[in-house]
Amino acid sequence: MREITFSEALGEAILEEMSRDPTIFTYGEDIAKQGGIFGAYKPILGKYQDRIIDTPISEEVIFGSALGASLAGMRPVAEFHFADFLFTGMAAIANQIMKFKYMTGGQGKIHLILRGPDGISKSAAAQHSESIETIFMHIPGIKVIIPSTPYDMKGLFKTALRADDPVICFEHKMLYKMKGPVPEEEYYIPFGVADVKKEGKDVTVIATSRMVHESLAASEELEKEGISVEVIDLRTLVPWDKETVFKSVKKTHKVVIAHETWRRAGWGAEIAATIQEELFDYLDAPIRRVGAKNVHIPFSPPLQDFVIPDKNSVIEAVRSVL
Amino acid sequence: MELPKELLVKFYKDMVRIRTFELKAEELFLQGKLPGFIHLYIGEEAIAVGAMANLRVEDYITSTHRGHGHMIAKGASMRKMMAELYGKKHGYCKGKGGSMHIADVSIGVLGANGEVGGGLPIAVGAGMAIKLQKKDNVVISFFGDGASNRGAFHEALNWASVFKLPVIFLNENNQFASTERVQETTSVENISDRAVGYNMPGVSIDGNDVIAVYETVKEAVERARNGGGPTLIEAKTYRLKGHFVGDPQLYRTKEEVDQRWPNEPISRFERKLIEGGYLTEKEKEQIWYDAKAEVEDSVQFAEQDEYPAPEEALEDLFEDSTNCLY
Ligand SMILES: Cc1ncc(C[n+]2csc(CCOP(=O)(O)OP(=O)(O)O)c2C)c(N)n1
Ligand SMILES: [Mg+2]
Repeated sequence: MREITFSEALGEAILEEMSRDPTIFTYGEDIAKQGGIFGAYKPILGKYQDRIIDTPISEEVIFGSALGASLAGMRPVAEFHFADFLFTGMAAIANQIMKFKYMTGGQGKIHLILRGPDGISKSAAAQHSESIETIFMHIPGIKVIIPSTPYDMKGLFKTALRADDPVICFEHKMLYKMKGPVPEEEYYIPFGVADVKKEGKDVTVIATSRMVHESLAASEELEKEGISVEVIDLRTLVPWDKETVFKSVKKTHKVVIAHETWRRAGWGAEIAATIQEELFDYLDAPIRRVGAKNVHIPFSPPLQDFVIPDKNSVIEAVRSVL
Repeated sequence: MELPKELLVKFYKDMVRIRTFELKAEELFLQGKLPGFIHLYIGEEAIAVGAMANLRVEDYITSTHRGHGHMIAKGASMRKMMAELYGKKHGYCKGKGGSMHIADVSIGVLGANGEVGGGLPIAVGAGMAIKLQKKDNVVISFFGDGASNRGAFHEALNWASVFKLPVIFLNENNQFASTERVQETTSVENISDRAVGYNMPGVSIDGNDVIAVYETVKEAVERARNGGGPTLIEAKTYRLKGHFVGDPQLYRTKEEVDQRWPNEPISRFERKLIEGGYLTEKEKEQIWYDAKAEVEDSVQFAEQDEYPAPEEALEDLFEDSTNCLY
């Protein structure tokens, strides 16, 4: 199968759906002339110039206008420049987009997508490095997708472009250039279906985004010692695939959850709590969580490396539950 | 007044309908029949009515926490509004929103809003949609003097101007943001002065003069429909009631409010209509009688309606909420 990058996969998804659906348009800062700072929109440049729009640095309107445009019949895809700047326009997301349908008794189809980069890169420091997906899982009202491969990026995004609910998509900066197999044929990945990346019998590792790759690397090393690790990529957090997770826990009886966002009250805490509430008798060890230390992402490389979890953090956690 | 008699009488009727609805809502609230809290539009009716007379059903508005008047003027059902104020099942929001979240997307009302200024970015989005769809519809975004101090206001005006969007920013300067006077919190004397910063026409008008509102908004709407972009209109008015029903109003005297009553929009317009021979005493009485009957009917509808079943609280979060509620 041919291989393309994560950002090419995103570009293809949008291009294919735009050619089918004239109501799709996309806008944000720095996207129309050079295809976004990570090049995701390069495939559409020159093709749909009227539907790819550079905007002022006005986050509250970037997000809030998506709701208005959606209610008026369009399918907006609004880009956040960095996940950190979701906070800049958070009122429009948390008070408007996420509440509109519910508080109006189900009026309107809110088909809109917020998408953009999150996570660490090389020393981007505290205001350009955050992973804040948990907040959008915590507050009701938006579907959360967080792909880890080009294949998932394309398949989930195409589903998002046909959904009739608000969707937020987190794309890890370190993944944009990653290549992976993506078929030429059209496909869609439904929300709420996890991907078992690797089967194993001793311990279940649940991860998303960059930490899927760190977990897979960890499992390879552990395999050499005869430890069999099952790696599950949740792919979407709202909804999250309880069924696949539970099936795995019933098999391995041990669980590690790995995410780049802060360990304290990160989404792993929610998954861990659900497992212990509903599968207590199946557990043979406490559930371990791997996440960033509870400080901001520092600048200097050794500091960043210390704060952010990696392969070794997963290995250590797995060992501790065996 | 060169406007047709039917239009003038309609202005009067709609203002009376809003006033009657609001007086009833106040009464019901004080009787303890309505949960939550409500913000009355009494004294500001001319703005909604004069503005909305320029709109088609397919045009959009975004409203505010003080939104009953906007809803009625845009053609909303009083029954569904009243049922919502009661928290009943057949209210606009099935009891999930209450006064501050009433919406009727089917007639272009993209929501009242409990967040001050929250409607402004939404209005801009509807404007973008209209432009992309190459339609000639428009959006009116209503917002208070207090809202004009929010960042969202400044982002929205700049954006609408840059993209020449068909959005009319209609400021209702009722002199107060809750307990704070506009002069204490606002850098400009006229909120319309802010239009200069965004390179769009800005004008201040007497918001208690329904004809002035109608004509000013008409010009702005025509400009917007013809691709001329946004306008900022400041309609100066006065909030005759408390910020919410039950407000102790420690920030102003009763004398100050009493002095403002003679300038309220309905009696002012009524005098004009009667003097001009557009309305007889008898017709006037009939209008008030009909409005009361319509409001009473809405109360009866609301009282007879049932409460939603508790489990209905789990509906309407998403179009497809499969596995999204755990
Ligand atoms: C963002 C936000 N801050 C504070 C409040 C609380 N609040 C509700 S109404 C109001 C005053 C609004 O004043 P204005 O915009 O002039 O509208 P008015 O009530 O006068 O119609 C305040 C402070 C709110 N709802 N939203
Ligand atoms: Mg005010």
